[in-house]
Amino acid sequence: MAASSERSPPPFPDSEEPELLEDSDEGADAFTGTSISEMDSPSPDSTRPPKDIFNEPLEDIFSDPLSNVNSEPQKKVDTKIPSPSSDEAVDLFSDPLDDDSEVISSPEVQNPMPDLLNEPVQAPKSDLLSEPPVHKNAARQQDIFEDPPKGSSKSSSVKKAASAELFGDEDEEDLFKEPPKVVTKKPQPSGPPVDVFTEVKSDVKVKPQVKDDPTDLFAEEALTAPAPKPSASSSSSRTNGVHSDEHDLFSEATVELSLDSPRNDRKKKDAVKPSVSAPAAPVASSSSKAPSKTLEELEEEESEDTFDLNISVTNPEKVGDGMNAYMAYKVSTQTSLTMFHSKTFTVRRRFSDFLGLYEKLSEKHLQNGYIVPPPPEKSILGMTKVKVGKEDPSSAEFVERRRAALERYLQRVVSHPSLLQDPDVREFLEKEELPRAVSTQALSGAGFLKMLNKATDAVSKMTIKMNEQDVWFDEKIQDVENEEQHMRKLHVMVESLVNHRKELSGNTAVFAKSVAMLGSSEDNTALSRALSQLAEVEDRIEQLHQEQAANDFFTFSELLADYIRLLGAVKGCFDQRMKAWQRWQDAENMLQKKREVEAKLLWANKPDKLQQAKDEIAEWEAKVTQYEREFERISATVRKEVIRFDKEKARDFKRQIIKYLESLLNSQQQLIKYWEAFLPEAKAIA
Amino acid sequence: DIPDALCERDKVKFTVHTKTTLSSFQKPEYSVQRQHEDFIWLHDTIVETEEYAGLIIPPAPPKPDFEGPREKMHKLGEGESSMTKEEYAKMKQELEAEYLAVFKKTVQVHEVFLQRLSSHPMFRKDRNFQIFLEYDQDLTVRRKNAKEMFGGFFKNMVKSADEVLISGVKEVDEFFEQEKNFLLDYSSKIKDATAKAEKMTRSHKNVADDYNHISGALNNIAADNNTAFKKHLEKCAEVFEKLRKVEDRMASDQELKLTELLRYYTRDIQAAKDLLYRRARALADYENSNKALDKARLKGKDVAQAEENQKQCLQKFDKLSESGKKELTSFKARRVVAFRKNLIEMTELEIKHAKNSVSLLQGSIEVLKSN
Repeated sequence: MAASSERSPPPFPDSEEPELLEDSDEGADAFTGTSISEMDSPSPDSTRPPKDIFNEPLEDIFSDPLSNVNSEPQKKVDTKIPSPSSDEAVDLFSDPLDDDSEVISSPEVQNPMPDLLNEPVQAPKSDLLSEPPVHKNAARQQDIFEDPPKGSSKSSSVKKAASAELFGDEDEEDLFKEPPKVVTKKPQPSGPPVDVFTEVKSDVKVKPQVKDDPTDLFAEEALTAPAPKPSASSSSSRTNGVHSDEHDLFSEATVELSLDSPRNDRKKKDAVKPSVSAPAAPVASSSSKAPSKTLEELEEEESEDTFDLNISVTNPEKVGDGMNAYMAYKVSTQTSLTMFHSKTFTVRRRFSDFLGLYEKLSEKHLQNGYIVPPPPEKSILGMTKVKVGKEDPSSAEFVERRRAALERYLQRVVSHPSLLQDPDVREFLEKEELPRAVSTQALSGAGFLKMLNKATDAVSKMTIKMNEQDVWFDEKIQDVENEEQHMRKLHVMVESLVNHRKELSGNTAVFAKSVAMLGSSEDNTALSRALSQLAEVEDRIEQLHQEQAANDFFTFSELLADYIRLLGAVKGCFDQRMKAWQRWQDAENMLQKKREVEAKLLWANKPDKLQQAKDEIAEWEAKVTQYEREFERISATVRKEVIRFDKEKARDFKRQIIKYLESLLNSQQQLIKYWEAFLPEAKAIA
Repeated sequence: DIPDALCERDKVKFTVHTKTTLSSFQKPEYSVQRQHEDFIWLHDTIVETEEYAGLIIPPAPPKPDFEGPREKMHKLGEGESSMTKEEYAKMKQELEAEYLAVFKKTVQVHEVFLQRLSSHPMFRKDRNFQIFLEYDQDLTVRRKNAKEMFGGFFKNMVKSADEVLISGVKEVDEFFEQEKNFLLDYSSKIKDATAKAEKMTRSHKNVADDYNHISGALNNIAADNNTAFKKHLEKCAEVFEKLRKVEDRMASDQELKLTELLRYYTRDIQAAKDLLYRRARALADYENSNKALDKARLKGKDVAQAEENQKQCLQKFDKLSESGKKELTSFKARRVVAFRKNLIEMTELEIKHAKNSVSLLQGSIEVLKSN
């Protein structure tokens, strides 16, 4: 478990990807940098074992993952990988390609991969291997999975550029050059292998587009994997220049893998994708995948980048009775995104499922500095009312309010490119039955623990004094703080507007009744008629006010409530960044201490302990660089996320405000109509 | 013949401007300053005049009520330090608007009172009324002292007790019977409607105030922002600001045209009911005098005096009935006309304001969209 948890802090390449795209130089540097550090760091699965893995016959590597794969829930994969025989492998591979357009980042393809990769890496660790693959791996996969989506999700906007680059620049690079080389080394006829490699390419392009390096690495590595020619020797020499050495393919591959292993999953699963295709590739040679086909698919994929996902939450329904009752909502999705099985599907979810989704997402993504949209709050009071409830209007309103909030919540989740790729999100939208989310209950033990955690977080937040070097962050944090405050104020105002308008509506209704009575006792017939007409008009106006109050609430007040929550999430990201900083600083301090110890030892002339001290220093140096990098990465991610959030916010606000003003406009127009209809009545009073 | 009340703001001093063609006035034009208390005095003297018993005496204007704005002003002063400049400005604006509305209303009710008096063929010749209009010095009417206040209160008590007592007296005239029932019914309804209308307009004002606050809060957010978003928010704030004005006017016009109308007629009906009471009182007196006459005849003494008394009462009652009938009929017509006028005005204003806000909203939606 230690290993897996260590893995879970998801790693650099991801956050650096944008930079990779923007200025590839820097990205490349960062990348190589990390790999160095990885090599230095003596983490549990150290550099050696992976090589061993590669020394092992290919079959072994395969068989492990495959068995795991079998345990995967995905039927498709299941059927395809019953045994490690090469035929099956062909299927495995060719199939994904078949649905290539669908596959792109879909779980089926990826699921086996993480296993594949995980296994090789973990092979040395016997305990890990011996564990039931379903459980542990499942958990691990999740960790792994959270990452790939992020990587590839970036694509949506960037994709075209990326693929263009891929086609343009990269063409000349290893990716394209190397395959042929490998091919020649292989016993297969030259024709099919070419196909294979174009396929590989397509995969590479489609999935981790942005990560040029990793994909390259892994494409290479993948290629080498099947061929049992692992040379561990060059491992240390290969710190940079994936691009540069086009020769010695195989050593490269292994090196990369070994670099990889100490690293976190992140890279692994980058590796993962190509590696799956790679092992299959040689076998796939027999499969008759035309390269043209994959190209088509590629184009398809590109054209489908445009966001098309409609989620609606409807039909709230009370299930059960008494205090165990809960509301179930129908979550319908309509999409043309290929990552889903079908174009439309519907599932029933209860509120705690939504909360569970958030828990899962925030657990995985928050620490990376992603803004995870928060779901609506639990409301014990409101829900109790519903549970106990007769059909009174306040509980109906509560349910509707929650329904709308959940819908917006889901839409926000899927509109986040990284979160959309998360398997949990997909599962949430697609899967018929979800395991009951337990930890979301407000009064459960888990809830209590969460509260405790929050409290300690708050305390540590207060104790951490971060001197901010980054002006941008400094300002932004301040801005967000202010904005939240103002937002809250505004929200209070709008709430009071809603209340006052409701009051107005109620008073108008009462007045209408009163005027009607007055009209009935008026003895002048014309005036009596006019008064009852006036009562009618007031009645309608009351309706109008009521509708407007609902509009005030749903389009305006709820928008603000959402954004107050979202700003909270943004703050959470800042906190994560601060934590990363703190970790880094702590490591720095530790290193300092170790150095002092070394100096003392040196002075005391104790050579036996000196070596240990040096080792420790090395260890902490590695950690410092690692943490520093992590901090930089999280800073970059947070920054990007905040910018994205701001943009989204501006757009959202604009849209909603226009909508709101339109609703006001509409009610004013109605008002004119009503009064204009009344005018002749008033004039008719004789 | 049109008393025109202009008003200068100094406590509540009304400048009463009179133009007249009546020969009983010495000059065709007057302009005098009167306070609210002077109006009350005028009303009281008219009520006490015996010969007007058969008339519906125009209700006295209510005491000007600046409590609301004053209270707010107070709060404003207190909270000045804790508020931002903009909020303060907003509050002040709100206050001014409210003050203005109250002021307008007050002037209007006083004006209406004088107009009612001047348009009535009997009251316009009233001596006190002429003095009220002509005397260019301060009237310096004595305020009611505590005893008188108590006396007034006691009189009211007696009156309502009396009303209950004489309600047992059989009505001889069907017209008055009907009228009485109608007025009783109508007065309770209109009172109710008035209260409701007041509530309605008050909450309408609250809505307008909320717009104001929202505008302020939006401005605050905008102030901290520095993207394209800022312009947006500013625009929104502006829209809300303008919306507030429109909505506020809508509310105060509704108040002026509808609530005031209802309020006025609540009082007017009370005046009509007073007339009915006076008539019923006279009727009861007449019947008592009849009984006294019978008794006197039985006993055979003081017959002449009782006869005299009975005759007087009958005369008085007849007179009251006659003028009351006339008054009530004209009251009815007047009420219908007033309702008509006010309802039309209110409707027109509502339409006008709604149109204003429609064009405002349309414009700003365009602007926002094009941004």
